[in-house]
Amino acid sequence: MTDDNHNGPSRRAFLTGAGAVAAGTLAGRAGAETDPAIAIKPWMQELGDGVDVSPYGMPSPYEADIKRRTVEWLTADPVSSINFTPIHALDGTITPNGVCFERHHSGVAKVDPAEHRLMINGLVDRELVFTMEDLMRFPRENHVYFLECAANSGMEWRGSQLNGVQFTHGMIHNVQYTGIPLRLLLEEAGVQTEGKWLLAEGADAAGMSRSIPMEKALDDCLIAFKMNGEALRPEQGYPVRLVVPGWEGNMWVKWLRRLEVGDQPWHHREETSKYTDLLADGVARRFTWEMDAKSVITSPSPQAPITHGAGPTVLTGLAWSGRGTIPRVDVTLDGGITWHEARMDGPSTPKALHRFYYDFEWDGKPLLLQSRAHDSTGYVQPTKNALRAIRGENSIYHNNGIQTWAVDADGKAENVEIS
Amino acid sequence: MSRFLKLALLASTMASPLAAEPLGLGRTATPEEVSVWDIDVRPDGLGLPEGSGDVMTGDGIYTEKCSACHGVFGEGTGRWPVLAGGQGSLSNARPVKTIGSYWPYLSTVYDYINRAMPFGDAQSLTDDEVYAITAYLLYLNNEVDEDFVLSSDNFNEARLPNEDGFKPDDREEVEFAAFKEEPCMTDCKPSVEITMRAAVLDVTPEETAAKEAAAKAEAETAAPATEEAASEATTTEEAPAPEAAPEAAPVEVAEAPAADPALIKAGEKAFRKCKSCHQIGAKAKNRVGPVLNGIVDGPAGAVEGFRYSKALEAAAEDGLVWSHDALTSFLGDPKGYMKGTKMSFPGVRKEEDIEALIAYLRDASE
Repeated sequence: MTDDNHNGPSRRAFLTGAGAVAAGTLAGRAGAETDPAIAIKPWMQELGDGVDVSPYGMPSPYEADIKRRTVEWLTADPVSSINFTPIHALDGTITPNGVCFERHHSGVAKVDPAEHRLMINGLVDRELVFTMEDLMRFPRENHVYFLECAANSGMEWRGSQLNGVQFTHGMIHNVQYTGIPLRLLLEEAGVQTEGKWLLAEGADAAGMSRSIPMEKALDDCLIAFKMNGEALRPEQGYPVRLVVPGWEGNMWVKWLRRLEVGDQPWHHREETSKYTDLLADGVARRFTWEMDAKSVITSPSPQAPITHGAGPTVLTGLAWSGRGTIPRVDVTLDGGITWHEARMDGPSTPKALHRFYYDFEWDGKPLLLQSRAHDSTGYVQPTKNALRAIRGENSIYHNNGIQTWAVDADGKAENVEIS
Repeated sequence: MSRFLKLALLASTMASPLAAEPLGLGRTATPEEVSVWDIDVRPDGLGLPEGSGDVMTGDGIYTEKCSACHGVFGEGTGRWPVLAGGQGSLSNARPVKTIGSYWPYLSTVYDYINRAMPFGDAQSLTDDEVYAITAYLLYLNNEVDEDFVLSSDNFNEARLPNEDGFKPDDREEVEFAAFKEEPCMTDCKPSVEITMRAAVLDVTPEETAAKEAAAKAEAETAAPATEEAASEATTTEEAPAPEAAPEAAPVEVAEAPAADPALIKAGEKAFRKCKSCHQIGAKAKNRVGPVLNGIVDGPAGAVEGFRYSKALEAAAEDGLVWSHDALTSFLGDPKGYMKGTKMSFPGVRKEEDIEALIAYLRDASE
């Protein structure tokens, strides 16, 4: 404390007759008269709830706005639809279970775990059926992975459209899974030599089905039954789902009921009519499984404006790659004229979300914010225009282009595109 | 190998949960159990059950169980999937991805209907019903005639037009070289301009600041702005944009030929698709669509007691006459020819069918 500051309050206190806090005398700090928050509040006097009032705890009512949200005009019916993770308001890297985005094709299956079975059939030595109890007897592993819908940012192919990072980038979550290496189950059944593909099928009314190459199935896929330590949420596939690290979310079949081994892919609806990437020339890419490296600034962003005015400002965001880790993220404040290396913080594991920060002194002038991820294979996140030059604008899926937020002098942010 | 490495390898082997020997967990699935759940069908016919179904039977089942969402002609209602039409539109600005224009394999149609449709009553159809609906969807896409019967015997002969329209993921070859260059960090461009703003479109849901401001400022124009926004909006995989009909292709046809009995007969057959909504002849009444007596070379929007779309009313006021050429353009692509028409029919694909239809309309009116 300076002498000035030290002397100030005692004079003021004497003159106003109140024990006011230091105010207005130190350059760069906000001035304030008596802060009404510095008072005896009800919670300082009254007794609060006892234990067990909320046996399963929920966030503070003051956080009620931090929730999954949908975009109603996107789909015909909420039963076959999507909502979005509120990433603008989260920090760290782990997504809380209750706000992990949902994507269902025929609603949330209400599966009774006692009545659930996992079947393995097809080109195996032994066609097998497992109860949940059987599955719990296999050796388990724990891994943190992101799950990103292939259509994340898909509404932005033709230009900036949705004003909120929750909507442009919120088809993603990142949790710790507890599960059984899929390899163990396949070894239990004995995959025959011609078994090159696996069909994974869900127990929901969509009978969700995807073909997965055996190489991936034997590599790092998990049969997961826990997320962040507790049972999978019903909307995330309770009691058991497939985890396909780094690959598009649609393949992570929920409510997993069956695995069939075959000698070729099935070309089912979700890998032909959907989740194929139509290029400008009318030809479509299929089996585009891996999620390319991507990043986005989560704050400031349209739902998380700068409200404190000029001065020290925290810029933060998320980065991820389906091919490895994110050793580096670059950030620009001026629309890409000058870039700065952001500070990576928190755990860095393959195919998981990474957190970055850039702490800067805001001069109160408009900003054009972008982030650019580098993954461990040397891939650098491209601009949206670089993607469009190769793919056109009708791909829907796999839009990993660089996102721009324009921040005005008031600190409000908007989804824009720039030259 | 160093001693340390050997020890490390040994340790990792011991710690690994990847047991090579089966643990003996679970139990054998009986063939009966497998048959209950193993319903998948593959392009090579694996999994396809015995059975058959014809177009007309499929029409009946489709009308009852599918058309509420997918539309009478597979055109899709609201944002439900469009199933027919769109052929040749894949490289357009607004491609229409349907079974006829996009799906590579018919087995996918069978498999999906069988596992997931009708929406909310999955796995309720018999094998023959699935064959019939699949046959009808081929018919709606002009791939087969109305007397077509699809069965386990001829299934593998049926091919969808876009089978060769797919290629494997080539991102590594096409994109990685450009996307692995060390990027610029300083003085990367002389200046920057904003080229597009999300707030202009204003399709962000709920109580965002932009939405509130727009709602207050533009209260009077809010409705049309929203409508336009929805049609501008790119959509997710389940949601094709409205007004997605391809550009109308002008069809050059010679003057109407003299009445040709064979042509009229072909037209009568082609008219069956129209009959869901239109009647023609002495006892004809307005239904979903207007009576068509005297339509050829008659003035547009002239049938009494029928409520036309605003688009058609405007065209009628401008003096539109359903000449041979005008009808040809309209029937080939109704929404492309007349944006805003109430006619949900996606259009007649073959020029000879249109020619026959016009001949029939002329003949049946008399």
